[in-house]
Parts: sequence; structure tokens; C-alpha cells
Amino acid sequence: MSHDNMTIHLRVWRQSGPNAKGNFEQYTLDTVNPHMSFLEMLDVLNERLTKEGQVPVEFDHDCREGICGSCGVVINGTAHGPQQRTASCQLHMRHYKDGDAITIEPWRAKAFPIVRDLVVDRTAFDRIQEAGGYVSVKTGSAPDAHAVPIGKEVADEAFDYAACIGCGACVAACPNASASLFTAAKISQLALLPQGQPERKRRVVAMVDQMKVEGFGDCSNHGECEAVCPKGISIAGIAKMRREYFKAILTGK
Amino acid sequence: MSKFDARIPAGPISEKWTRFKQNMKLVNPANKRKHTIIVVGTGLAGAAAAASLAELGYNVKAFCIQDSARRAHSIAAQGGINAAKNYAGDGDSIYRLFYDTVKGGDYRAREANVYRLAETSVDIIDQCVAQGVPFAREYGGLLDNRSFGGAQLSRTFYARGQTGQQLLLGAYGALNKTINAGQVQMYARHEILDVVVIDGKARGIICRNLVTGEYERHSGSAVLLCTGGYGNVFYLSTNAKNSNVTAAWKAYKKGALFGNPCFTQIHPTCIPVSGDYQSKLTLMSESLRNDGRVWVPKKKEDCQKHPNQISEEDRDYFLERRYPSFGNLVPRDVASRNAKYVCDEGRGVGETGLAVYLDFADSIKRLGKHTIEERYGNLFEMYERITGENPYEVPMRIYPAVHYTMGGLWVDYSLMTTVPGLFALGEANFSDHGANRLGASALMQGLADGYFVAPYTVTDYIASNPLETINESHPAFDEAEKESSERIQKLLNIKGKKTVLEYHRELGKIMWDQVGMSRNKVGLEQAIKDIQALREDFWKNVYVPGEANTMNKSLEFANRVADFLELGELMARDALYREESCGGHFREEYQTEDGEALRNDEDYAYVSMWEYKGDHVEPDLHKESLVFENVKLTQRSYK
Repeated sequence: MSHDNMTIHLRVWRQSGPNAKGNFEQYTLDTVNPHMSFLEMLDVLNERLTKEGQVPVEFDHDCREGICGSCGVVINGTAHGPQQRTASCQLHMRHYKDGDAITIEPWRAKAFPIVRDLVVDRTAFDRIQEAGGYVSVKTGSAPDAHAVPIGKEVADEAFDYAACIGCGACVAACPNASASLFTAAKISQLALLPQGQPERKRRVVAMVDQMKVEGFGDCSNHGECEAVCPKGISIAGIAKMRREYFKAILTGK
Repeated sequence: MSKFDARIPAGPISEKWTRFKQNMKLVNPANKRKHTIIVVGTGLAGAAAAASLAELGYNVKAFCIQDSARRAHSIAAQGGINAAKNYAGDGDSIYRLFYDTVKGGDYRAREANVYRLAETSVDIIDQCVAQGVPFAREYGGLLDNRSFGGAQLSRTFYARGQTGQQLLLGAYGALNKTINAGQVQMYARHEILDVVVIDGKARGIICRNLVTGEYERHSGSAVLLCTGGYGNVFYLSTNAKNSNVTAAWKAYKKGALFGNPCFTQIHPTCIPVSGDYQSKLTLMSESLRNDGRVWVPKKKEDCQKHPNQISEEDRDYFLERRYPSFGNLVPRDVASRNAKYVCDEGRGVGETGLAVYLDFADSIKRLGKHTIEERYGNLFEMYERITGENPYEVPMRIYPAVHYTMGGLWVDYSLMTTVPGLFALGEANFSDHGANRLGASALMQGLADGYFVAPYTVTDYIASNPLETINESHPAFDEAEKESSERIQKLLNIKGKKTVLEYHRELGKIMWDQVGMSRNKVGLEQAIKDIQALREDFWKNVYVPGEANTMNKSLEFANRVADFLELGELMARDALYREESCGGHFREEYQTEDGEALRNDEDYAYVSMWEYKGDHVEPDLHKESLVFENVKLTQRSYK
């Protein structure tokens, strides 16, 4: 294991507020340790900016374990960077070499307005979930957990969709800025499970309609979303969502 | 005896909760919507409470610091959730789960609360399954269970290594349903700065909009703090970067007593520190200990060798050697302390010498790589991503890290603090885990408090207490907002030389060295002085960049670190007063001959309750005596 520090040239998007004009700023860091995470590299940058009396770069982050979905930046044109199935916080600098140049940008989508620097407003995602991404079961009213058996294969497939962390990389990567993968993940999870059946039609219509209201684009099968998804959510979910949607529309809610 | 009453219902332990529910006062459904309940934090406890209270008909306002309620740190819990379902048919029962939790907590938890936790555990699983939480299942379609650190039964339900995520998304769904129905107003990117107390009752909060910097006032009939733990006082911990103590600390300063602040859980299986740029530590689920074997070389000179070149007879499987009956599954505190011992002896591995091996070679041989991959695949991937090493081929390196705080706001049986109307749920309270929490019990507690306890106890409080009509122009709001905004402005105005991060790291080092895995009188006394000096320096010399009226995470962190600098002292003081070892609190002066924690039940079977007396005055210590009527106190032994 090498501990030789690297020099990294950064181009970082700076924007002081939602309506301000943004621009790229260049920074060179010469003490980047290969074992650092990508966000730790940004910590180093921010510590330096602070010491120099400049305003640090704002970026969202919380768990730094790839599960909360807070972080997410476009790194050299790819949402979450070069390593597959990896959120920005889990990307490590050992994937870069001395002298590399890295451009860092926020998610760019009409439905995700920039708050500041690399931070965007993803509340549109919450509103899609609020429209129907749940089973309406009141606390305390549930039957015994073993009342309805669910085959392992079905449970596993539902889990694969449920693993979505809501980071928004799918939107950032999509040429149409579509939220289809995100929305399809929840719809597919609940459509697979017996618990999701009673509200199945109502759910898909409400969520898909809300997705349109929020200003996300349509899906035109580029597959970029699946490629950048840190949780490997399958694009098959989108096909499923479409079938569910048309079935619901044609057969009535 | 303390003047503060835990208000535990009378009767046999198995009937207390039923009796509470039978005797509680009710609020007329038409009146419920006249009451606003403020829920701070949207993790398992907060999201579950907000949704359940809204379903009952209350008007709920929920707040979180993240950009979405779904991102609260409950999401990162990996291993599982305990419940006394006895689906495995291995003899589990509510009593056993209760007993194990009290024993695992080294007899420093309140029996009645723990029993209720075990009782409600079974309802949690039903609730979550009905929400569509995709728990792991067997081929027959029934739920799968596994055993988890410290338990000899299979009572842990799980969803791969992402149980916390799935449970939280279930609770987030429940919350979304109530938001959609107009029953909950959600305030994301909002941070609570103070609790507003009027006529001795909690009646609201002051918070700051983290996007615009604006101060907001919210009034209500009750305030629920579901704000998690304070492990980030150590700087490095497995907590999310934004996890903090500010809400609980402000509550403490407004009259809520702080319970057992020194009880900290140091989790044995985390990825070791790799350098001084380290910003947080990553947990590797304790479930790994089901199939992984913990070892270090017998000889110091082998420590820098490649692990695969160290022969079987030169390895010391120290947990299996010292604890033949529990082996690698000893509770967290015991596993952590033993890792520290072998590293202190100079037998630690890795570049820093502060790590032990967790080896899957035997399990892979026995079960095949496929089975191990199915059980732990995502954890192995995560490990490889962080360290660049493949744990299917090379043993993992692990070391203990701060993970959870058993201490927190003192609450009575109703989860109410000593400030009427101010409740604390989940990790934010002290109540259920004593001096050491068992694996898979945090998720259980968060959801029990949120779904099944607070909805009843908050109703009982509102029905039993006349609440005068107040609004947000009450002078108490003016005063609290003024104090909060002045403090924010003060942080920006100091314009000193040191960054917030530098102070936080220094505090963390003091805490880890003196108030960490093992503690002693001299070190704790020194820590108190060092923290006081650091705090004084902070308020003279910190530099906080940016402005107050924009998004400014440096400012958010500065405000949180300022509170950690006060909390750290209280933790050291609590650890100093508790002259015994119990659970995660290990005082070097009090140990058995073979280095195990030596409790002193005669003098210390109590909950310490600290009362704030002023910024430059020592807090008062009150005690809640713990009465054990259903569990016999024994020396915890995992041999």
C-alpha cells in the first residue's frame, strides 16, 4: 500500500444561490492521500479554503457509508464518478493518479434546482413518494407477520427494488432528466408484494402523475440511470412501471 | 431517593403496560386536531411517532436536518431487529428478550421499560411486514431469523445488511401517507436551536431554516425529541456527520435531566482508522461475527506478516480462547475491550497496529463462498471499496469505534423528560439499554417508542394536563429566538484562527483517550480540565466562514461542536462519579482478576441524572435507584 500523496487539480462548480450565476473555480490539492474518500478530499479542500478566509464548497453528505443518499456529485461527467455501484462518499482516491484533473458538478435537472454550489433541492422526490409510495396501514392494525407467506424469490426481488437510496443520480445521468428509475423502484417493490396489491393501481397512477408535475422528463430507454445507480436498481423496473401504469389507466383505478 | 419519579405503573411486570393503557386518559377525537405535536427528527423513532400521532388525529409538525426525512441515520443500521416472535422455535419469549436485554445492559436499565420494549417487539415486525418491508425470507415464504451478538437465540429479523434502511423507508412511507393526507407538515433542512418552555411545560421550539438561515418559531402541546445519539462528541464515530447533541443539550439546559451520559457503546467491528484525514468510521455489521473468527498473531513479530502466511498454531483466536461458550459472539463491550487488550499488548495488526483480524476462511471452506456471499455480500463489497482489499481472500481488519450512546435524556415510564410535555424517544433517551446495548436492539427501541409507546403516553399527557392557549408571539419565544440568533452571530463574529474541524478533532482525541474504552480517575479529571480549556479557547479563537443568512454548513457544525464541548465535560464527570465498571463503562480501577468489568450494585445500581445549574457551575447529581424484582443480578459471564 502506498501512502505517497498525490496532486489533484480540481474544477468545482460554485454558485452562491439558486438564482445566482455559477462558474467553475480551479483548485489544486497537493496532499491527497490515496486512501482518502472522495468527500474527505473535499474536506481537505474546504479546510484549506477556510484557513485562507474563503467560503468553503457546500456539498450534501451525511452517513458517508453509501446508504443515506445525501451525497452525490457529477465527477468528470459521470454521476457519482467512475466506480460502478458506488456513491460519491464511497469512492476512494486510490482510483485516481498523481496529476489527475477532476471536474465536480452538481446534479443538473430542472426538477432539482441548485441550492448552493454542489447542493441541489431534491424535494421533488419526496413529493413523488408522498403521492403514493407506501402501503396505507395504520399503526397497530397489522395482522401477524406470518399471516401471508411470501416466496423467497419474490421477497428478494422486492428487496432489490427497495434498495434505492433516493440519491438522484438516475436523474442527473438521464439525458431527459427523468425520474423513472427512482419512481419505478418503489412501484415495483410494492407491486411485487402481496401487501402492495390493494393500492396497486392507485399508487402507480398517482406517482407517475406526480413525476410529470415535478418537471422530470420522460424515459426514452437510454439506460444511463441503471449504469450510474449506486444500488444497481434494474431498468426492468421502468418497463414494469409502464405496464402497471397502462393497466391501471385502461382498467380504471 | 430522587425527587423525580419514573411513574412506573404498579402491578406485576407483565401487566404494567396493559394497565397503563387501560388507565390512561383519552383525548376526544374532535379535540385531537386542536393539538399540535412537534416531532424533531425523522429516524425510526421520529418518523414512526409522527405518522402514528397523525393517524390518531393530532396535527403534527415534523422536522429534520437532512434534505429528506428518509435520510436520518437510522438508515445506516445494518444487522437487524430483535423481536420475541419465537418463529425459530428455539424457546424465545418476551421474558427471555427482556432478561437478555437487562443482563446485556449489565443491570443498569429500568426493568419496566425494558419489559415493555420486549412486549411491543412482536407488534413491530407485524407492522413492518404490513408496510411492505422486504425482510429476508426462507424458501417456504416465512421470515428468516438469525442470531446476533450476545444472544443464544435466533430472534433477529433482517433485510440483507440494510435492515435500518428498509425499516426507515417503511416508517418514511407511513410518514408520507400522513403528509399526503395533510395531517403532518414536514420541515426538512431545519435544525432545532432551542426548546421553548412556558409555565414549566414544553410548548414549542426555535429552529433555523438551513437553506435561508431564517429563524422560525413553532408552538405546540408537546415536543418529542427523536434526535438520536451523541457519539460524534468523539469526532470519529460511526454516526452520520450531521448527528449531534444540540436538541438534547438545549433540553438539558431548559431543565430536562441528562441520564447516564457516560454510557457509550464502542462497537467491536469497524474498519480501522487509516489516516489523519479520516472523517468518520464505518461499521461492519456485527452479524459478521456469526461466521467470522477474530484473531491476532500469538507473537508480536508476526504482526506485520501477511495474515495468510501465519500458520494456524501461531494465531490467537482470543475471544474463542477466553469465552469458550460465546466465543466470537460475546456482547459488544466485551469484544471491544478484548481487541483493545491485544493491541495494547503490541499484537495488533495493520499499518497502525490498531486492528485485529476477522477471518472468514474457515466459513468459506465449510459453507462455500456462495453462502457467505449471500449472507454478507454487500458488507464485503463495502469493505473492499473502502480498504481496497478482498475479504474473501484476505481476513478483514477491524477495530472498535464509537457507535451508540446508551445515555441520553432521562425519561420516565411515559418517555417524558423532567420537563412536562417534552418527550425523548429512541437513542435520544437513556432508558432501555443500561450500560451496554445488545445488537439489533436499537431499531427495536426506536420503532417501539415511536409506533407503540409515544402515541399512548403523549395522549395521556395531553388529556391529563390543562394547556393554556399560547401562540408564537409569547415572550418566551422572543427570548429563546434572541438567544439562539445571538449565539449564531457570536460564532460568526469571533473570526479567530482555528477551524471548527480542528476543535472537533481535539475534543475527539481527549474523549477517545480519556473517556473512551477504558477510563480512570486521573484521566477523567484531566479530561474535564482539558475540555474546559478547549471550550474557552473555542469561544475566543474559532473561525467560522460564511454568513448567517445562507446555507452554511460550517456554521451548522460550529454550533454543534460548541454543544459537544459542553457535553464532553458532563460525560467525563459522569464517568468519574461512577466508581464501578459496568457494560461499556470500564473503569480501570474496578475490574475482576481476569480483566472483566466489576460492578458495584450496592452503591451504583442507579441511573445518574444530571441537572443543569448554570454555565460555570457544576451540575447536580440526582439518582434513580434501579429496583430489580424480576431479574437476579449476577456477574455477567460469557465464559
